[in-house]
Amino acid sequence: MTMHPEDLDQLAQARREEEAQYRHRICVCMAAGCLSSGADKVKAALEAGVKERSLEKDVLVKGVGCMGPCAAGPLVAVDIDGVIYHDVTPDDVPAILDSLEGKPVKRLEMPKDSPLFQRQVRIVLENSGKIDPESLEDYVAANGYAALFKVVTEMSPGEVIEEVTKSGLRGRGGAGYPTGLKWSTVAKARGPRKFVICNADEGDPGAFMDRSVLESDPHRVLEGMAIAAYAVGADMGYLYVRAEYPLAVKRLKQAIKQAERQGFLGNNICGSTFSFHVDIRLGAGAFVCGEETALIASIEGNRGQPRPRPPYPAEVGLWGCPTLINNVETFANIAPIIRNGGEWFASIGTEKSKGTKVFALAGRVVNTGLIEVPMGITLREIIFGIGGGIPDGKRFKAVQTGGPSGGCIPEQFLDMPVDYESLASVGSIMGSGGMIVMDETSCMVDVAKFFMEFCMTESCGKCVPCRVGTVHMYNLLDRMTKGLARMEDLDLLEELCDMVRHTSLCGLGQTAPNPVISTLRYFRDEYEAHIKDKICPAGVCQMATAEVYA
Amino acid sequence: MTPTTAQQARVKTLKINGRDVSASGDQTILEVARENGIEIPTLCHLSGLTPVGACRLCLVEVKGVNKLLPACVTRVHENMEVFTDSERLRKYRRMVLEFLFTERNHICAVCVSNGHCELQSLAQQQGMTHVRVPYLYQKLHVDASHPRFKVDHNRCVLCTRCVRVCDEIEGAHTWDVFHRGIKARVITDLNQPWGTSETCTGCGKCVHVCPTGALTEKGVSVAEMAKRRQFLPYLTMMREERG
Amino acid sequence: MSSNKVKVATVWLDGCSGCHMSFLDMDERLVELADKIELVYSPLVDMKEFPEMVDVTLVEGAVASVEDLHKIRKIREHTKILVSLGDCAVTSNVPSMRNPFKLEDVLSRAYLENADLNQQIPQEVIPKLLPHARPVHELVKVDVFIPGCPPSADTIYFAISELLEGRIPELSDKTRFGA
Ligand SMILES: Cc1cc2nc3c(=O)[nH]c(=O)nc-3n(C[C@H](O)[C@H](O)[C@H](O)COP(=O)(O)O)c2cc1C
Ligand code: SF4
Ligand code: SF4
Ligand code: SF4
Ligand code: FES
Repeated sequence: MTMHPEDLDQLAQARREEEAQYRHRICVCMAAGCLSSGADKVKAALEAGVKERSLEKDVLVKGVGCMGPCAAGPLVAVDIDGVIYHDVTPDDVPAILDSLEGKPVKRLEMPKDSPLFQRQVRIVLENSGKIDPESLEDYVAANGYAALFKVVTEMSPGEVIEEVTKSGLRGRGGAGYPTGLKWSTVAKARGPRKFVICNADEGDPGAFMDRSVLESDPHRVLEGMAIAAYAVGADMGYLYVRAEYPLAVKRLKQAIKQAERQGFLGNNICGSTFSFHVDIRLGAGAFVCGEETALIASIEGNRGQPRPRPPYPAEVGLWGCPTLINNVETFANIAPIIRNGGEWFASIGTEKSKGTKVFALAGRVVNTGLIEVPMGITLREIIFGIGGGIPDGKRFKAVQTGGPSGGCIPEQFLDMPVDYESLASVGSIMGSGGMIVMDETSCMVDVAKFFMEFCMTESCGKCVPCRVGTVHMYNLLDRMTKGLARMEDLDLLEELCDMVRHTSLCGLGQTAPNPVISTLRYFRDEYEAHIKDKICPAGVCQMATAEVYA
Repeated sequence: MTPTTAQQARVKTLKINGRDVSASGDQTILEVARENGIEIPTLCHLSGLTPVGACRLCLVEVKGVNKLLPACVTRVHENMEVFTDSERLRKYRRMVLEFLFTERNHICAVCVSNGHCELQSLAQQQGMTHVRVPYLYQKLHVDASHPRFKVDHNRCVLCTRCVRVCDEIEGAHTWDVFHRGIKARVITDLNQPWGTSETCTGCGKCVHVCPTGALTEKGVSVAEMAKRRQFLPYLTMMREERG
Repeated sequence: MSSNKVKVATVWLDGCSGCHMSFLDMDERLVELADKIELVYSPLVDMKEFPEMVDVTLVEGAVASVEDLHKIRKIREHTKILVSLGDCAVTSNVPSMRNPFKLEDVLSRAYLENADLNQQIPQEVIPKLLPHARPVHELVKVDVFIPGCPPSADTIYFAISELLEGRIPELSDKTRFGA
C-alpha cells in the first residue's frame, strides 16, 4: 500500500479523534519491568472493572510503554499528564475507577512535583508511557513517520546528513562518535550494496535503556533506521537484538509488519523510489557481540569475535559491504531531529555533547529507574535531584558510569556536567547509560572485582592480553579482597592494567581495566587497607583467616 | 581492478625506525619490514593465511596514531612513520609471552617440540627470562585419538593457525574454536575426538603450521618434533594468484 | 674463616640435581673459580647451617614443600644476590606437572593407588607438600634468572663470571627454557 501525505494526516487525525471520544484514559505500563511485577493482571482487572460498570464508551484502558520509575511498578497513569499510581495491584482497581470523577487515590499517587519528573527532558522517551507500543496508529498520532515522510518526499540524502550533522548528535552506543560524520562516510563509501544495522545487543550488566525504547516505542527505531538507510543509500537493515529481550523482539516483529503494511518499510516507501527492508537477528547474549565487528560476524553466521579495525564497517562491513551501525538510542533521536531541525537539537545540551541521554539509574538512590536528562546536567542533580539522594541516611561514595568499560566517580566531581568529555576527564565514560550509585557500604575493590569478573567471563578469547590479562587482574583483585595480597601485587595490577588497555584487540579488553584504574585513582587507600591492614573499610570483603602460602 | 585497489597498489614511501623504505600500497607494515630485514616478532601470523591480529606481539608505534597497531594487518600509508622497537613495546611483548606461559602448562624440558618451538624462541629473543605473573595451572586434555597426530591443549597458544590452514588451504574446516575467554580452545568437528573426525583428511598441515608442541606427530619423543614448513611459500603464491 | 673471596652457596630444593651436575661439569674451570670464590654452603660440601651472610646463592629446584619454603625464606635473608638456577627454580618446570591436580589426588595416586606395599600417605619424615610447586621468585625476591634444563656448564660459568665482575649477566643468547 502506498502512503500519501494526506493519508498520514488522516491516519493520525482518526486516531486522535478516536481517543478524544473517551472522557478518561487509563494507561497501564506494559514494559518488561512492570509486566514482571504483574501489570498485565492490573490491566485485565481494569478492563473487567470498566466493563462491569459499563464504562466502555467513557474510559479507555490501554497498555503503554515504560514510564521510568520501574522499581515502583506496576505503574498506572490516569489521563495523560495526570496522576501516576505506583505499586498498583488488581485490588486497587475499584478505588481507581471510583476516583475518576473525583479526587485521585492518595495512597497510590506518585508525587507529581517530584524532581523525578520535573528535571527530565524527553526526546528519546517522548512517547514512552504514553502511546501503545503495539499500535502503529498511536505512533502516527504522535507525529510518527512524519519525519520519514518528509525525508523521502522532500529531502535529498545529502540534506538529511547535513541535518543530522548540524544536530551534533553523537553515538549513544558508548564511544560517542559523531553520527553525521559516520553517515556521510557510509554514504560516500562504494560497494555493491549497503546495509544499516541497529545495535540492540545491550550487554552491560544492569542496563535496560535500549530495551525500554524497543518495548515502548519500536516504530521510532524503525523510522530512524529507514531515514538512515535513505541517507546512506542502503536497502536492507538488520536489528540485532539480544534473545533475552523476547518482548522487545515480539513488538519489533509486530511493528515491522505494521510498517510494511502501511508502506513505511518495504518497497517504494511512501510512494517514492526508496526501498528498505528490515529483518531481526537474535544475539545469544554475549557482551562482546555488541562490538560492531563481532556483531557483523555474528549476523554473517560466524563466531562472534571482533576483528582489527581499520577497515571500519563504514567501508568494509556486513558481507564486505559498507555498513552503517548505530545504537538504538542513536536511531531513536533521528525522527525528532528531522521533525524539529538539527538546530533545535543542538540547542539542548553542551558545546560538544548535544541533546539528551537516557540513563538507567540504579544502586543506592531513592528513585531508581529510567531517566532522560539533558546533556550537561550535573551528577548531583541526577543523583540528589531526580534520584532523591541516598536512602537510609547513608553517605554518597561514588557513582559508576559506563558499566564494565567505565569508572567510579567520587564525591568531589558531583558538580561536574554530564557530557562525553567531562566524564572521560575523570577516568570514566558516558557509555551506554548505566549509572550505579554507591554509598559507604560499597567496597571499591569489590566493585572493581565485580566488573573485572564480568570482563573476564565475557572476553571472547581471541587476543592474548584480554583473554589472559583479565584472569590475572581478576585473580589479583580476588586476593586483595581476601587479604592475601602483597603491596607488590598492587604494582603488578597497575602494570597489567596498562598493558591490557594498550594492547588488546577490541574495546572490551581496551576498557576492561577502567574500573580498576579509576578506583585506584580515587580510592587507593581502600586497596591499601585490604593489603596492608587486611581489613575491608566498607565491611564487605571476608578476609581469609588461615595462613595461605603466598 | 577497481580504482581503489589500483590506488592502493601504487608505490608508497615510508619510514621504519627512521629508515626510508618503499612499499606497494596494499602491503602490510610487517611485510615491508621483513622485506627490509627489520624483525618484528609474530606468533599468530603465518604468511599465506588470513591475518587475524590476535596475539598482539607485532604491535608497533605509528607517529600521529595514539593506538598501537598490529603490523600484521595494518596497511602502509604514504609518509607513515613506524617504530617497531621501543622500551614500551619490548615490555608489552614480554608480557604477552608471560601471559602465554602462565595460561597453559609449558614444560619445555619434557616437550616434544623443545628446541623447535616458536613460543620458546620468542621468549628467548625477547629476553623473557622468567614469568612475573602467577601461573594458572589449568587442567587440560590431550587428544591422541587420531592415528597419526595428537593435540596437547597444554601447549596450545590459540593462534588459530590450525583453524585457518585447515579451512583456507585444505578446505576441510575440521578445526574451530570453542567456548570463550580463558576457556577457549581449539576443537575438531563439533568437539568430537580428532580420531573420529569425518572431515579431517589427515593432511597434517595443521600439525606443521602449529607454532608449538600442541599439534604433533605421534611417536616422536622429547625435542624430536621439528615442523616441516616447506609447503608454506606455495600457500602464499597460490593465494596471491587467486587474488 | 675470613677471606676476601666471594662467598657462594648452592642449594637444592625440588629439582633433580641436574643443575648441580651441570655446575660440576664446569670441570677445570672450577679450579680457576676456586681462586675467586669460596663455596660456603652446598650439597657438595659438608656444612649444616646456612652462613650468616653469603654473597651469591644459586638455587636449584622449585619450592614444593613447607621445608623448601622455610629454607628459601631464610636463605633470602642471608644472601645478597639470589640466583634461580635452572628451569625448576625459574618456572617450577617438571615439579609443576602436579600442579593442575589437587594435592590430595597427587598424594593418593603416589602413595595409595600406585603403591604395592604399605599403602599410606606419609605423615612424618617427608616434609608436607605445598598445594603447588612454585617458582622461587613467587615466594622471595630473586635477582638473577638462569633458565635451562639444565643450564649448560658454559652458561653457569659465564653467569658466575659476570657476577664476579659485578654485572648482572645477560643470558638470552646463551640459554632458554628447556635448553
Ligand atoms: C565490548 C563492546 C560491547 C559493546 N556493546 C554495545 C551494545 O551493546 N550496544 C551498542 O549500541 N554498542 C555497543 N558497543 C559499541 C559498538 O561497537 C558501536 O560502537 C556502536 O554500536 C556504534 O553505534 P553509535 O555510533 O550509535 O554509538 C560495544 C562495544 C564494545 C567494544
Ligand atoms: S579484547 Fe577481549 S573481547 Fe576483544 S578481541 Fe581481545 S579477547 Fe576478544
Ligand atoms: S610448546 Fe614450546 S614453550 Fe610450550 S613446553 Fe613445548 S617447547 Fe616449551
Ligand atoms: S593447536 Fe597449535 S596451531 Fe592450533 S591454535 Fe593451538 S597453538 Fe595454534
Ligand atoms: S602476529 Fe600480528 S597480532 Fe599476532
